[in-house]
Amino acid sequence: MITAIQQLESYLESFSELEKLAAGHALPWLRNLRQDAFARFCEAGFPTTHDEDWRFTNVSAIAQTAFRLTCNRRVRLSQQELEPYRVPGVAYQLVFVNGHFARELSLLGKLPDGVKVNGLAEEISSNPGAIEPHLGRYLDIRRDAFCALNTAFVQDGAYVHIRRGTLVEEPICLLFVSTSDDAPSMSHPRNLIVAEEDSQATFVEDYVSLDGGTVFCNTATELVAGDHTVLSHYMIEREHTGAFNVSTLRIQQGRSANVVSHSVLLGGALVRNNVHPVLAGEGGECLINGLFIGNGHQHLDNYMLVEHGSPRCGSRQFYNGILDGHAHGVFHGRIIVHKDAQKTDAKQTNRNLLLSDDAQIDTKPQLEIYADDVKCTHGATIGQIEGDALFYLRSRGIDEVSARKLLLFAFASECLDRMKQGPVRRHVEGLINRCLLPMANSAPGVSTENHREDTGRNWEEIA
Amino acid sequence: MSLLEIKNLHVKVDNHEILKGIDLKVNAGEVHSIMGPNGSGKSTLAQVLARRETYVVASGEVSYNGKDLLSMRPEEAACEGIFMAFQYPVEIPGISNAYFLRSALNAIHKYRGLDEIDAIDFLPLFREKLKLLDMDEKLMNRSVNEGFSGGEKKRNEILQMAVLEPKLAILDETDSGLDIDALRIVAQGVDAMRNPERAIIVVTHYQRLLNYIVPDFVHVLLDGRIVRSGGPELALELEEKGYGAMETEARHATPA
Repeated sequence: MITAIQQLESYLESFSELEKLAAGHALPWLRNLRQDAFARFCEAGFPTTHDEDWRFTNVSAIAQTAFRLTCNRRVRLSQQELEPYRVPGVAYQLVFVNGHFARELSLLGKLPDGVKVNGLAEEISSNPGAIEPHLGRYLDIRRDAFCALNTAFVQDGAYVHIRRGTLVEEPICLLFVSTSDDAPSMSHPRNLIVAEEDSQATFVEDYVSLDGGTVFCNTATELVAGDHTVLSHYMIEREHTGAFNVSTLRIQQGRSANVVSHSVLLGGALVRNNVHPVLAGEGGECLINGLFIGNGHQHLDNYMLVEHGSPRCGSRQFYNGILDGHAHGVFHGRIIVHKDAQKTDAKQTNRNLLLSDDAQIDTKPQLEIYADDVKCTHGATIGQIEGDALFYLRSRGIDEVSARKLLLFAFASECLDRMKQGPVRRHVEGLINRCLLPMANSAPGVSTENHREDTGRNWEEIA
Repeated sequence: MSLLEIKNLHVKVDNHEILKGIDLKVNAGEVHSIMGPNGSGKSTLAQVLARRETYVVASGEVSYNGKDLLSMRPEEAACEGIFMAFQYPVEIPGISNAYFLRSALNAIHKYRGLDEIDAIDFLPLFREKLKLLDMDEKLMNRSVNEGFSGGEKKRNEILQMAVLEPKLAILDETDSGLDIDALRIVAQGVDAMRNPERAIIVVTHYQRLLNYIVPDFVHVLLDGRIVRSGGPELALELEEKGYGAMETEARHATPA
């Protein structure tokens, strides 16, 4: 635990500063929430690899770095600087700079009546009564120190409320921009999305960093899916290879709610993505779809905890990983079927392609079943690009790099195909394409003229 | 000049010699059949011509269209007009048959300095060839060979051949595992592609396919060597006597 509390003083400093200044500091419930969470974080410290949930992911690089909040030094960005990061064709894009809502950079097109979108800090100040019943109610600060840390520093992020029966066809995009200066900086964006009964909407969380400095983004989203809602959520991680990103999506599903979660991890040095749906109402359905593509020394950890709490719910987890260089991927899929969750139908599949001898994947299913009438299956595969398939394509005239790209893209498109057609999918497709091209080029025995040298830093060396 | 000329070709797999000195000349417009029992080296020869890199050429020369075939990569050989129909067509999940074929055709067009063909112009060409092989258009939107029956896979190979229009086509046991109806369709598809500019090498174990694609020459491959060559009547003789008799003859002809 020595490493875990090394930088506690620096967190303590940041925390006391924030407590005095942050939105809602005068609200007792919010003060308690922050203080309890901070106490919990101090008590637990950062997890170590002795912790079963963190067995394959060493966060000592985060624990040993003295990160500073950037809240008092607001960074000014221009529209032009952001332009390359926007999702083309989406009218509603909120921008957050180091976790803070930047209204002047956001695109606020028209949304249907019944939808409210705002920065969480503004909403806490103007309308705390809407926040109190939900904020911190679902996220478990006992289980996860990062969730405790996020809650201790809860301040700003996105707030979305969708009224009963409202259909939102346009996706609501949230762009989180990290910037760094000389010192390592951190942010703890917190999103609260409440979708009332019978509503439908799509949300996109998109994480980018503008420079290659050391940043730590520890984000958490509470997504409340009311009865009969149909919701999609995208998490896109494409920060620089100097970034640490820990994210948690906690989904609370009501009766017959249908939620789809897509995680696309492409960037970052050390990334941990937690997806934690709780199927609390009868007949709920949840699809967790993920793709992670790592190169250089990237570490991409996908942690799923699917809790079946009611009868007749279905959950599907599909994760595909492509790893090259010295990249390390983790898939940890945990399914808990509680006592009353009879007729549960849960399935989990993780498929991986390793493109180099030094790439590594740890895949671990974990099923805990306390009901007796359930169907749970899981499977994992690890393979390489098949020589037969490569030769087949080449024997038809397709050059080796293009053939590799076709095969890699085909593997990735299994995940892409689960996304609905539209601007977000096209956006993701473009990002994946850009990611796979250098991997296709780096084929053994292929001329290295176009081969981009890996300039990524080894995250283990950053601290 | 012959389209294909193989001189004293020796090929090894895992340090084990499979082809022990093959000589063969194939001219444009000709159909040659290479027959032989399992393990005689038929498929190895086909794969070497398609430039599969796992086969190591120990010695010998292969000239194709005046160029050194053995220095070509598989994609170069394909762009130069060589096509091999696989004995075991590979399943490729996630790539649609139509996309795959168009990519292949455009790769070849690009190599030859021709215009690329877009999806719209490709469709009529495609439909015409599908009809020729009595194939369901639905197969085009499915992943390459994935979940195809044995017959569908072989037809798909010939469809590719019909679209890519090679100068030299090598059919590697395209008849194996086909029922008589499927065999007839596949064979008729191939036969329709015979023309004075194109050469076809039919690699087969049995004579049946040769009822539909009547070859100009038949070669018998035994233990890595061509032991006899002749006209189509040789295939019939082989059918009658079996490879055993041929082996005995071969042993007498070349005393060890």
